[in-house]
Amino acid sequence: MLLSEAVTQGPEFFSFAPGLILFPVIGLLINMFFGGRMKERTIGILASTASGLSFLTAVLLAVSLLSHPEGMIIPLAEWISIGELQVNWTMRVDTLSATMMLVVSGVGTLIHIYAIGYMHEDVRFKGDLNRYQRFFVFFNLFIAAMMILVSADNYLMLFVGWEGVGLCSYLLIGFWYDKDLLGRPGIENALAGSKAFIANRIGDFGFLMAGFTMFWTFRTMTFSEVFSQVHHIAETQPGAILAITLFMLLGVAGKSAQLPLFVWLPDAMAGPTPVSALIHAATMVTAGVYLVARSAPLYTAVPDAQSVVAWVGGVTALFAATIAVGQTDLKKVLAYSTISQLGFMVAAVGMGAYVAGMFHLVTHAFFKALLFLSAGSIILGIERGHHHLDHGDHNDEEVFDPGDMRLMGGLRKRMPVTFWVFLVGAVALAGIPPLAGFFSKDEILAEAFQLNFPVYILLAIAAFLTAFYMGRQVWLVFFGDPRHPAAEHAEESPPIITVPLIALAVLASMGGMLNLPGVHTFTLWQEHTFEAFHLHLHHGEFNPWIALISTGLAVVAIFLAWLLYGRKPLEENQPDPLRKILGPVFTGMNRKWYVDEIYETLIINRYIDLAKFLSIKVDWDFWHDWFHDKVIAASYRQGARFLAGPIDLGIIDGISKGLAKFFQSLATQFRKLQTGYVRNYALAVFAGVVVILGYLILQ
Amino acid sequence: MIPISYYILLSAILFTIGAVCVLIRRNAIIIFMGIELMLNAANLAFVAFANQHQSVSGQIIVFFVIAVAAAEVAVGLALIVTIFRTKRSIDVDQLSSLKG
Repeated sequence: MLLSEAVTQGPEFFSFAPGLILFPVIGLLINMFFGGRMKERTIGILASTASGLSFLTAVLLAVSLLSHPEGMIIPLAEWISIGELQVNWTMRVDTLSATMMLVVSGVGTLIHIYAIGYMHEDVRFKGDLNRYQRFFVFFNLFIAAMMILVSADNYLMLFVGWEGVGLCSYLLIGFWYDKDLLGRPGIENALAGSKAFIANRIGDFGFLMAGFTMFWTFRTMTFSEVFSQVHHIAETQPGAILAITLFMLLGVAGKSAQLPLFVWLPDAMAGPTPVSALIHAATMVTAGVYLVARSAPLYTAVPDAQSVVAWVGGVTALFAATIAVGQTDLKKVLAYSTISQLGFMVAAVGMGAYVAGMFHLVTHAFFKALLFLSAGSIILGIERGHHHLDHGDHNDEEVFDPGDMRLMGGLRKRMPVTFWVFLVGAVALAGIPPLAGFFSKDEILAEAFQLNFPVYILLAIAAFLTAFYMGRQVWLVFFGDPRHPAAEHAEESPPIITVPLIALAVLASMGGMLNLPGVHTFTLWQEHTFEAFHLHLHHGEFNPWIALISTGLAVVAIFLAWLLYGRKPLEENQPDPLRKILGPVFTGMNRKWYVDEIYETLIINRYIDLAKFLSIKVDWDFWHDWFHDKVIAASYRQGARFLAGPIDLGIIDGISKGLAKFFQSLATQFRKLQTGYVRNYALAVFAGVVVILGYLILQ
Repeated sequence: MIPISYYILLSAILFTIGAVCVLIRRNAIIIFMGIELMLNAANLAFVAFANQHQSVSGQIIVFFVIAVAAAEVAVGLALIVTIFRTKRSIDVDQLSSLKG
């Protein structure tokens, strides 16, 4: 107590908080209006600086939180004020949101810097400065929207950010909207963007329903006001809270790519690789995890919803991990791995292990951003190799996929820096101590072991598969002999790409220090936020057996991967050795368990049928042909004819014409008075005078 | 001393002659003369009453009437000259273009 009072005197920078959103907005405005006149590099540096300033603000806020751990509410502006509903633009800086701010802006800045190099190198770029400018405008917009999301003090403002990042995701997935996945003219990328947008829309429907229900029961949207009423409402209307949490889960499933809405995330890899790293691995997709952690008081009040969330996370983790094993595309493996790791986080926050989930979110942001960016570097390296070939023999007809792992191999010697940083990321993801992934994943597993044993089993298998597919990927990509001339001529990337990679590699290896077992720095930090809402966090005690089991599983999995892919490297055109062992199961994994096909037949085609029925039968035949033409148009025509004939011509015209005739005949009578003879007028004047005088005299 | 009723009677007779002249004659100049006659009938009445009441106001009004009549004659004769120039006649019945 004394200690905390002593440090309360520390520095306080909370008033800088609007900078989080303001800097990226300024950056994007400058790039949007003046980017056309700037050099390519200036645009990138400006955007990176905007993001970097945002990071600096986040660091200042974090420093302030060290001495004021209770956090701060910073009102920005009034927004909605209708009756008892008060929703304002208010920023909430506490340890939970500050964690997200640091991750978003920190990892975001590194990826901005990386993107300066990457977008320049991208074979599709071809010196089109407008694209370059647009890319960084979208990137800064994303940072701004994400900051709105994480700094929101109420669900409505959070939803604004939530939709903003969804929009940026859509824009950036379809960034090469006029190209297909291999850079030829086509619309595949645009379709991938639409798919992401539509899948997210289903999730957003859930979020909106949760918001409506919340307003109906709580009469407010502000976090602290909602959370302070939870106990009361949980006793009187438990159903309402259950509905809110489950609807919110639908939103989480959309944004964080959980079953059954995960299908958009693998397709989202159509976007440029920095986008995959920033939006579809490190930050945006973790918004769902953040939302559940943020709504911890709500979820804690309904254990049923909690277990649903945990199960969704656990099943997704395992399901996506199995698919990742069967993929041949470099980025697709990482995409399914992301879904799987998001499953870990969602399972953790679902079980009530909020800190473990958030901790894994942070470490995952480091190593998955690292892996994606390294994958981008690999793809660039291979493309450089392929470009090299083009000079030799011109056969542009041949379609070359630089992301196909079957065509790689032996890149260890050609791209040493990329190899080492990728290895760090892969080992961190596999959960080998002492890298970041080990600590965070182990914390989730330890919590799951105590809180929800069946989910623990799912997660443990998923962790095993994670280590296996990462081992498979490392051996396929970096070891053995090159299986394609392009891989043979691959070249290492320039420093603008490798330096951010090294920085992320350092973070991925050190990230575990945040919450070492027994020290619990991160847990203690987060506790300030959760205890403000009277939630007592469960201190996940380090269980050496769990750690041993998960490490053992990872080691065994990596050994298996070595047996299959490392001992005897894949030859050119050789089928995957797993196919021989697993047979149809591997086909299933490779074909993503036919989820897309099932959705196609069960939902999309049915939807098209319904749309056709509605358009042809209901809209055209019923509404247009029958209702409009027969009923409305015909009766209208009859009505119009009646009004025009008897009513207009008969009555209305009759009145006016009759009136005219009457006055005409009247005038014919009166005009006879005007004889034109002066004498007559004079007589009239005399008569008038006589009458007036007579009247005056007789009066 | 001639009684005032004589003057009034004369004035009334002169006025009636003037009025009838205006109403029944077609020559514009004759009509004009009728108007003059009516004015002078009024002057006569004024003078008679002024004498009766030993008041100078009536005499002064007569001067005004004579002055106004002179002005009126000037305007009226000018009008008649213009009418004659356009119609080649001073028959007022020719001036019937206002006939309805």
